[in-house]
Amino acid sequence: MIEVKNLYKKFGQNEVLKGLNLDISNKGIFTILGPNGSGKTTLIKSILGMVIPDSGDIIINGENVKKQWDYRLNIDYMPQIANFPSNLTVNELFDMIIDLRIEEKRKDELIKLFGLSEFLTKKLGTLSGGTNQKVNIVLSFMFDSPIIILDEPTTGLDPVSLIRLKDLITSEKEKGKTILITTHIMDFVEQISDQIVFILEGVIYFRGTVNELKEKTNQENIERAIASILTDTYA
Amino acid sequence: MKQIITFFIFLQLSLFSLSAKTIIVCSSCEVSSVSEAVSIAAKGDTILIKKGVYNEQEITIDKTLTIIGEDYPIIDAQSKSKLFTVIADSVTIKGLNIKNISPSYTEDLSAIRIKKQSFFHIEDNILENIFFGIYIEGCKGGIIKNNRVTAEAVDEFNSGNAIHLWHSKNIKILNNHVEGARDGIYLEFVDSTIVRGNTSKHNIRYGLHFMFSNDDEYRDNTFENNGAGVAVMYSKRIIMIGNTFKKNWGSASYGLLLKEIYDGEIFNNTFQENTIGINADGSNRINIVNNNFIQNGWAIKVLGGCYYNKFNKNNFLNNTFDLSYKGSMNDNNFNGNHWSTYAGYDLDKDGIGDVPYRPVKLFSYIVNMVPESIVLLRSLFVDLIDFSERVSPVFTPDNLLDEQPLMKAIKID
Amino acid sequence: MLKILKYSFYDLIRSRWSYVYLAFYLLLGSVLLFLNNDLSKAVITLMNVIVVLTPLIGTIFGIMYYYSSREFTELLLAQPIRRSNIFLGQYLGVALSLSASLIIGLGIPFIAYGIFYSGAIWDYLTLLITATFLTLIFTALAFNIAISTENRIKGFGYAILLWLFMAVIYDGLFLLGLIMFSEYPLENFSLFATMLNPIDLSRILILLKLDISALMGYTGAVFQKFFGTNRGLIISFSVLIIWTVLPIWRIIYKSNRKDF
Repeated sequence: MIEVKNLYKKFGQNEVLKGLNLDISNKGIFTILGPNGSGKTTLIKSILGMVIPDSGDIIINGENVKKQWDYRLNIDYMPQIANFPSNLTVNELFDMIIDLRIEEKRKDELIKLFGLSEFLTKKLGTLSGGTNQKVNIVLSFMFDSPIIILDEPTTGLDPVSLIRLKDLITSEKEKGKTILITTHIMDFVEQISDQIVFILEGVIYFRGTVNELKEKTNQENIERAIASILTDTYA
Repeated sequence: MKQIITFFIFLQLSLFSLSAKTIIVCSSCEVSSVSEAVSIAAKGDTILIKKGVYNEQEITIDKTLTIIGEDYPIIDAQSKSKLFTVIADSVTIKGLNIKNISPSYTEDLSAIRIKKQSFFHIEDNILENIFFGIYIEGCKGGIIKNNRVTAEAVDEFNSGNAIHLWHSKNIKILNNHVEGARDGIYLEFVDSTIVRGNTSKHNIRYGLHFMFSNDDEYRDNTFENNGAGVAVMYSKRIIMIGNTFKKNWGSASYGLLLKEIYDGEIFNNTFQENTIGINADGSNRINIVNNNFIQNGWAIKVLGGCYYNKFNKNNFLNNTFDLSYKGSMNDNNFNGNHWSTYAGYDLDKDGIGDVPYRPVKLFSYIVNMVPESIVLLRSLFVDLIDFSERVSPVFTPDNLLDEQPLMKAIKID
Repeated sequence: MLKILKYSFYDLIRSRWSYVYLAFYLLLGSVLLFLNNDLSKAVITLMNVIVVLTPLIGTIFGIMYYYSSREFTELLLAQPIRRSNIFLGQYLGVALSLSASLIIGLGIPFIAYGIFYSGAIWDYLTLLITATFLTLIFTALAFNIAISTENRIKGFGYAILLWLFMAVIYDGLFLLGLIMFSEYPLENFSLFATMLNPIDLSRILILLKLDISALMGYTGAVFQKFFGTNRGLIISFSVLIIWTVLPIWRIIYKSNRKDF
């Protein structure tokens, strides 16, 4: 499904990805972890075509994505910061993105789920951070694409919405989708991950289930597991 | 034989004393050429030329005659020579269409030339493709009226003037249309002459040109698209009223050029879209009043040696530069004009701006110095330096200002 | 691209600033006309304002819009759209909404005053066309600066500097150069230097209408040809089009290679 081969990327002097290889051919939820600056976001953005790699290939559904754009029709992406044009209303924003992507599958259902009905005619600039994030969620899930990429999806959500988001992600997984998530909330990781992809210094340091990670590091809990990886490498 | 001669003399005398006879010229008539008619005519006769084409050359009129064309008969010199030369008093030439006078580098070949005679009357003729059109020398009194004179001059050296006056007096030049010559109307040593209601266009040098002429008057003429509109040089007491000077464009082009002249009056004229409206060089005691200066490059350029001129009650509307001034002294009066670029106010509502106006921009000095800088015209930077100069003048004469600028444009008929 | 353009345009024409800008031109046009009572004079004054103001507004709006919609741009980048279409769409959204404010704001008072029945109609149209060009050019330049500068404050600073340079400093240096080298033939140089600054170029186009009498006063053959025939008009417009196309092309080029 997603195949990343020997990916390199430098930002100025700072080499972020150093020959990263990743092959995700199965379905399920993959959480991408790693310390700040390890290359998580760069990897995701490379997959989305927002960052242009120096070398290496990204192949999605058998197609090299270099200089392509229509493969993104198969990807739903939820960015970390939701900052929309302040003069558009929520409805107009939905319409616009729908306009760009041909067809939504379940907008109304999601709007109901996250209680956004009353905000539809409000301008985006007047919404609170949490509401903005809900709009963000609806926007990224309504197209029902086979690949979903979520960048810190939990930011700013109230507990109820958080539970709904988890349920949503789980149900998507059950539909047989491939879901990539970056997050700092380890509870969240533990609850939903099928596999963890741990990136360190521009390469994949570890890949496996939560339990495999715990075994490998001999730790009981995932936060400590990760901490031990970091202290081992940097010690 | 003797009897016959006596009879003829008698006949001629009796005809002359009773009334002058009329000779009719046409291609099928007994008299079929103009030169023949002139040679057989007697003093005081009328020659009536019917419609047709007459190829003629060098006709000398040595007696008082009235020559009249019917429906503009064409008198064609076929670019071989000049045509009428008048050496008699009181000759009238009317209604002819004279064509194709030969150009010459040695002689001023003309369609109609009057030599040292008075009271000529040249009216209603069409002169086409001429070298010199109407050439008057040493005449006292005469009228040139309603003629249309056109030439196809290319450069100054091998072209002549449409209407040319030399050493003459009391001539009236009225309602003529002159076009495409070197000078439209040229006056040298001509006094007390009136030039009125003429249109002078597309002449390569001047629309109207005065040299060493005094006490003349020109009014209600239009000068358009000439090398320069009107040049008044080395002349005194010229009156210029109600003329329009329009679109005289070019590097040395002006609506009106004043050079070494004294005591003129310039009233009620309109200077529109000329490169320079009035170019004054060595002009003294001229009153320039009630004129419109509209959209000229420079409304007025004052070069050296101009004293005691009065520029009052004029409208300066949307000129690129209102005034360009040479020298650091000002002996001319610029009060009481309306300037469209005046940005002052009138708190006491008397129609006169409360702060004086400085008509000279610093940038006009820069353009004089570096002509290419004209491309920076109206740039913000240039506006800034103009503004600073206006606040504290460094280059412009301190007393060169309009102390009573008018808030509203003056109505000029 | 048209879709992005449509939404950017909607977004902008609903912003308060578009209305302020529109109202400013409405007011300026009306005040000039009804105080002066002279179309030609109003056009001249307007020219002085427009040649300086439209680049400033184009620059500021361009740079602000780019930076303020950066996150949203990232969202769009993840959508199945060509990159160049996103940026072209946003650019045209800004540039066209500004041009619309300009044309409507100046159009209404002048049409109400009867510009169509006046001799100044061509001067006025030239003014509107060049003002639109300036808006297109400077918005594109602002987008260029924004794309190449991550730091907003720096980007904003560069944009203002660019405007200040083009509107004032350039002409100052230009004039200084002309005076310093006044012994040499400067015709070609001065035309060339004019071409290098879109503000100067627009000014020349308007001068060709308003001040042709003065421009014809220069003796040199190059100027005579440039100002006296249609050549000046054609060359100026062509270069103005190049000035518009080049920065737009660079928006596409840069945006295709940029990391977000």
